Amino acid sequence: MPVRVGVVVFPGSNCDRDTVHALEVAGAEPVVLWHEEASLQGVAAVVLPGGFAYGDYVRAGVIARFSPVMRAVTAFAGDGGLVLGICNGFQVLAEAGLVPGALLRNRSLRFVGREVTIAAQRDDTPFTRGVAVGRPLRMPVAHGEGCYFADDATLDELERDGQVLFRYVDAAGAVAGPTDPANPNGSLRAIAGVRNAAGNVAGLMPHPERAAEAILGSDDGMGIVRSLVDSAAIAAQGRAGLVAAR
Amino acid sequence: MSRFRFAINVTPKAGILDPQGRAVEGSLGHLGISGVSDVRVGRRVELAVEAIDAAGAFAIADRLASELLSNPLIEAYAVEPIGTTSSIASRVD
Repeated sequence: MPVRVGVVVFPGSNCDRDTVHALEVAGAEPVVLWHEEASLQGVAAVVLPGGFAYGDYVRAGVIARFSPVMRAVTAFAGDGGLVLGICNGFQVLAEAGLVPGALLRNRSLRFVGREVTIAAQRDDTPFTRGVAVGRPLRMPVAHGEGCYFADDATLDELERDGQVLFRYVDAAGAVAGPTDPANPNGSLRAIAGVRNAAGNVAGLMPHPERAAEAILGSDDGMGIVRSLVDSAAIAAQGRAGLVAAR
Repeated sequence: MSRFRFAINVTPKAGILDPQGRAVEGSLGHLGISGVSDVRVGRRVELAVEAIDAAGAFAIADRLASELLSNPLIEAYAVEPIGTTSSIASRVD
């Protein structure tokens, strides 16, 4: 039976269908979760997709943070549930304090919509288990506020604890500096994606779901989608085992 | 009950990159203005709070400022009272 993975839809989400499709290709059964719903319908993992939730008014992601579904997602994450935020979903997670840091206006002040190259920093997480460390992955970004920021102490902590999941790299795989064109938004330490301290919540600005099939020009994102689906399946089995043991 | 009006000023914290401020600084030359520096672009939100007293109204405005209107990681805020009107006479409900 395919594992059920939730995809949250806020007013203004616009990558939810792409995410649903990519999850299907990866073998999951996607479950669409409306932002007014306070139940996650028993899914084994949740994806917060890209878009402009609530118009991104005030700050990208902040109004979505107070929606009923995010109360449920926060409780789910607190119980160790797997949550992945992509682009606007990453901004929502950062505003909710579920992952460290903040996404600032791009250093260029421009909305950036183009292909970038990122590399996973580790392959032993629920989000990167099927991705080789350091291998350049091509996928698009499409955002105006993607400049990753945290203070130096936090950045050092993230590095020390292995919480940096993805960095922007150049075509040769070298990590991009803040003003390097390979870094599309000026992110500090070229951070494209991070996870929380517990390791079950992650966010990234690039769009793996838009690079999940060869017909899209790149299927490099499928490794990330499949990692999540496989991890969700293992989590669902673990939960079923726990229930049976009771 | 009275209506207490506030302005909430949200600004990027010191040390936080503010590309909008930089863009404003960059345009000063075109205006023929010199001697202006440290431009920081923030946001001002005005609102009215119905409350029994000023302290209660301020607490509500402050909570809104800290939880929604600013992100404590990157922004500072200040709540500024800008006027009070008694609303007892005008209320019909």
